[in-house]
Amino acid sequence: MSSNRITVKNMTDKEYFLGHKACAGCGGSLAVRLALKVFGDRTFAALPAGCMSAVGFIYPQMAFLNNAIISTFPGTGSMLSGMRAGLDALGVKDAHVVGFAGDGGTADIGLQALSGAIDRREKIIYICYDNEAYMNTGVQKSGLTPYGARTTTSPAGNNLPGSVMQKKNLFEIVAAHDIAYAATASVGYPQDYLNKLSKAAAVEGTSYIHIYATCPTGWGTPTETSVSLAKEAVDSGLWYLAEYEDGAFTLNRKPKEFFPVKEHLLKQGRFKHLKDSDIKVIEEARDKKWKRMLEKWN
Amino acid sequence: MDKPELKDFTKPESIRDYPVGPSFYGGHLVSVNSGWRTFRPVVALDTCTGCFRCYLVCPDGVIAKTEAGKVAVDYDFCKGCGVCAHECPFSAIDMVKEDISE
Repeated sequence: MSSNRITVKNMTDKEYFLGHKACAGCGGSLAVRLALKVFGDRTFAALPAGCMSAVGFIYPQMAFLNNAIISTFPGTGSMLSGMRAGLDALGVKDAHVVGFAGDGGTADIGLQALSGAIDRREKIIYICYDNEAYMNTGVQKSGLTPYGARTTTSPAGNNLPGSVMQKKNLFEIVAAHDIAYAATASVGYPQDYLNKLSKAAAVEGTSYIHIYATCPTGWGTPTETSVSLAKEAVDSGLWYLAEYEDGAFTLNRKPKEFFPVKEHLLKQGRFKHLKDSDIKVIEEARDKKWKRMLEKWN
Repeated sequence: MDKPELKDFTKPESIRDYPVGPSFYGGHLVSVNSGWRTFRPVVALDTCTGCFRCYLVCPDGVIAKTEAGKVAVDYDFCKGCGVCAHECPFSAIDMVKEDISE
């Protein structure tokens, strides 16, 4: 990594996302805050319906310091395209166009517009803060809700272990567009996230960052563990740090030994009901995924 | 810390007083978040080494670097989540219960 990388020591003291009304310990707001600190003043943001637009734009309060607008729920990708076209028409070259969408707004509702934007090779940055359900509307299952998670639309009981679907593999769906730059990150590894944000800002073409963001309210976790849980998710192999560039996948972190999945999951209210057989299903899916990633990715 | 100042909010009396968009200019803050807090983070300055881990991981961006190379908390906007205290490698931050009798 070059010497001009952004770290906690040299990042701007300016706070671009201050005074927002997100729940205490919100991982999504940390993802937005760090991203805006890397991108700086000349950033135009679009946010679809979701937590970050709900907590940032509460009239008469405007928690964003830079220019930000709420997009339609399915239209983040197309709105970003339009913003870039507007900047081009005005001859503005030194600005970033960034979208912050949740997992539902990216993997389910906004997927078509995102796909179109990547296909057009727009110079935009799309950040998906993944808290693994529709948290803003009260914890409904999304395409990125993992197996076994209890949500209001995937209740856990005698017959079902919560969500019976595995998490949609959105990172590889995005990479399959042959996007200029795509990466996964976690709020538990902030320096890795900062590096990826800097890369995304420098790329000519579309970049996509999928950041794993804890949600104390929806997950039933203590607020202070938001960052450590996101780190543990990576250490236990349930999430991974990877990049896609020039047609090749790279794993940034290969844990020699996984943190125990059971210990990690049972800290969260949404997984409290899991039986050993359910945890076995989760571990098997994880091992299958890691076997494939370790074989095929750098 | 470089942060916007709190502004007074006067309730609009006619439609002309409302902003054109759904919100105000960037950084238009009219209310604080300090009332959300049950515990407040208190930094022990003699233990703090200035690694700025808490600054990095604060979801609300309320921790500032001071000139002395330590950190200071902006209690106007701190929600008391406790991430800073939990993440501090030197246990230099204590979560102290707020005195609500004040």
